[in-house]
Amino acid sequence: MKLDIRTSAAEPRRQAYAYLTRRFGEDRQATRYEEAVFDLQSTANFHYRPVWQSEFELYDVKKTAIVLADWYVLLDPRQFYYATYNISRAGLEAANGKAFELSEKLGLLAELADGARARVLDTILPMRHYEWGANRILWSICDRGYGTAVTSAAAFAAMDRLGMAQVITKVGLALDGQTGSSVETAKKAWLDAPEWQGVRRLVEDSFVIDDWFEAFVAQNLAMDGIIHRFVFDELRMAIRPAGGTGLVMVTDIVSDVFADQARWIDAVIKIAAAASPENKEKLAGWFETWTARAVEAATPLAKHALGDNSGEAIERLSRELSARAAKLGIAEVAS
Amino acid sequence: MSIQNVSITLNASGDARPLVEAIRADNPTATIANLPSVVKIDAPGRLVVKAESVSERLGRTWDIQELHLSLISISGNIDQDDDEFVLSWGAKS
Repeated sequence: MKLDIRTSAAEPRRQAYAYLTRRFGEDRQATRYEEAVFDLQSTANFHYRPVWQSEFELYDVKKTAIVLADWYVLLDPRQFYYATYNISRAGLEAANGKAFELSEKLGLLAELADGARARVLDTILPMRHYEWGANRILWSICDRGYGTAVTSAAAFAAMDRLGMAQVITKVGLALDGQTGSSVETAKKAWLDAPEWQGVRRLVEDSFVIDDWFEAFVAQNLAMDGIIHRFVFDELRMAIRPAGGTGLVMVTDIVSDVFADQARWIDAVIKIAAAASPENKEKLAGWFETWTARAVEAATPLAKHALGDNSGEAIERLSRELSARAAKLGIAEVAS
Repeated sequence: MSIQNVSITLNASGDARPLVEAIRADNPTATIANLPSVVKIDAPGRLVVKAESVSERLGRTWDIQELHLSLISISGNIDQDDDEFVLSWGAKS
């Protein structure tokens, strides 16, 4: 008897879901990211307008002055959907847990010199409130934004910011022997210390920006580019030689997540700016306004934290932020 | 005499898809055969897998060693560094 082994290929009837084949054609398989993002936003049959904002539909492209023919051009270069986002962050979180463990075992945070320890308590710890503010802004972008491409990524970014706030809190608890007293002192500093009031005012003002894309630029590019970067890139690194190696190690996750988010933020702004000269003009205006305010708010904080070197640090951050904005096409190239 | 083909065979999986697309873009002479559960790619003389092209499609940094997670079979001499995985026949030029 002769045995003839053959394979027979079963051709799938369709390569992708209909909502994707309408965009990309019949023959193209879609990625999980595309399945999780494209055209999921409700676009019609909203029935009643919301009573609190009757000039808009429930989901409305007019909630921002930015105009795009297709809101699904604002894709995330990291291609985050639920699974990829969680896998990425779970890896970082596991590494951060290890860093905290090692720091505790060796008593690394106790090595902070007195002055440096005071800076951690009065300048890094209150940043948990700033991060929470960023979390609010990103959720509101998710709420008011248009198109799942940008709103789902904003939700992930919002969770990232809550994660950053948690890391900062964990540092505080490690320093105060898990009593929570450092966190309470930090809240008092945030509410009452004169050097923090500019930043607090800016964060609170950002909560009431009407245009969600303006809030996106204000928070993610301007405020983070100056304030967040001052605390984590300038101050934290200045603390490092004063017994701050442990601090840098346990807060390294903040830099990793920040760098990862920057790829998304830059992509969104670059694409929106390239779409039309009107968009570009608006984005440039927002960037200028909010960067000026961020510099103004960060200056007293920087002076408090770094003393005489603070002017130089803020100047360097402004320069780097302008160069970044120039790359995105929303600022003149710095001479 | 026609140039002998080099060939690479990969799992037909979601993980390998960006890889196949990168190979398609970087090797215009390659022919791609979708077989049951495998993708066989033939190219006359030379075929290159560029880490940068795959990373771009995948949305994250892709290490060239990850190729092995999807790899079933290859034919050709291998020249691999951090940026490229090259299959070819004959002496390295």
